[in-house]
Amino acid sequence: MSDITLGGNTPLPDVEEHHEHHHPFLQHHFEDLGQQHEASTLGMWMFLSTEILFFGGILAAYWVYRVLYPEAWAIGAAQQIWWLGAINTIVLIISSLTMALAVRNAQLGRRMGTVYMLIATLFFGSVFLGVKAYEYTKHWQEGLFPGASFHWMEKPDQAPHVQLFMTFYWCLTGMHALHMVIGAGLLLWFIWRAWKGHFGPEYYGPVEIMGLYWHFVDIVWIFLFPFLYLIHEAHHG
Amino acid sequence: MADVTTTDLDHSQHAPHVHVTPMWIYLAVFFALAVGTVLTVAASRYDLGMWNTPIALFIATVKAVLVILYFMHVIHSTRLTWVVVIASFLWLGVLFVLTFADYLTRAWNIY
Repeated sequence: MSDITLGGNTPLPDVEEHHEHHHPFLQHHFEDLGQQHEASTLGMWMFLSTEILFFGGILAAYWVYRVLYPEAWAIGAAQQIWWLGAINTIVLIISSLTMALAVRNAQLGRRMGTVYMLIATLFFGSVFLGVKAYEYTKHWQEGLFPGASFHWMEKPDQAPHVQLFMTFYWCLTGMHALHMVIGAGLLLWFIWRAWKGHFGPEYYGPVEIMGLYWHFVDIVWIFLFPFLYLIHEAHHG
Repeated sequence: MADVTTTDLDHSQHAPHVHVTPMWIYLAVFFALAVGTVLTVAASRYDLGMWNTPIALFIATVKAVLVILYFMHVIHSTRLTWVVVIASFLWLGVLFVLTFADYLTRAWNIY
């Protein structure tokens, strides 16, 4: 603070001095960019820990009923097109890779590299949502949406429990897809910011935080895929 | 603890401590995640008796840990971040263990 030199020109107001010698994105309540970066990383992880418990709660209920109704769970999973789920898993993993590379490019000060990798992430995220929309349409037509419209009757004695499985399916994939949509919206904003040249080696924190969110959503899907698409027939159940 | 705090502050006197992960690590993690996905599908094709579910869970957990450590950079994060990450999963463990300790031990249900 004390070594500010203004080159003998017209004295500028205090606020101007402040801005001239500090990074424009350093919030005034932080000592420096490093502290700001650490605080935001910590804060994001705090948020993610609530997210872990949020999805964890639904999954705990899922497991209780899976143990109760193993046959219906296997039948329900068999209603899914497993290879669409597998493709979507790969698509999401690719989007996580491009997201990680966007952070890396920001760290290295590669402006357009960051922009391109964020666009790629948005692209693969959209492919995922497109496939999901196709699956949802198909389930709806097959009467696999729980409630009054549920009319899946291949095994009438299992139908109520299959409906319960589908309730978990829609809740889990629906909440996951909602997170993806929010992530896609954030990506649009970040693409604009990266294009404006906001990020660089000194200030890549926001891209990193965006990445934490995106990778978390990827992790949720890593578990949802085997839980909802790949349940082996419970011969022993 | 005081030592840790001081060290962390020293690290961040000016800009954030940038640790740029080498490209090959990102690609290797991606490759491992893809292989894990293929293994998950392959394992579900076989009847492994009681082992189908634990194997699927194990592969998914390994994939999640890889993402957390390398894509989410926790491996280079401060100890405070480690504490929050580990605590998150501890709480998740409490949620699961206490729920299952109740529902899965009710003798009046027929499993």
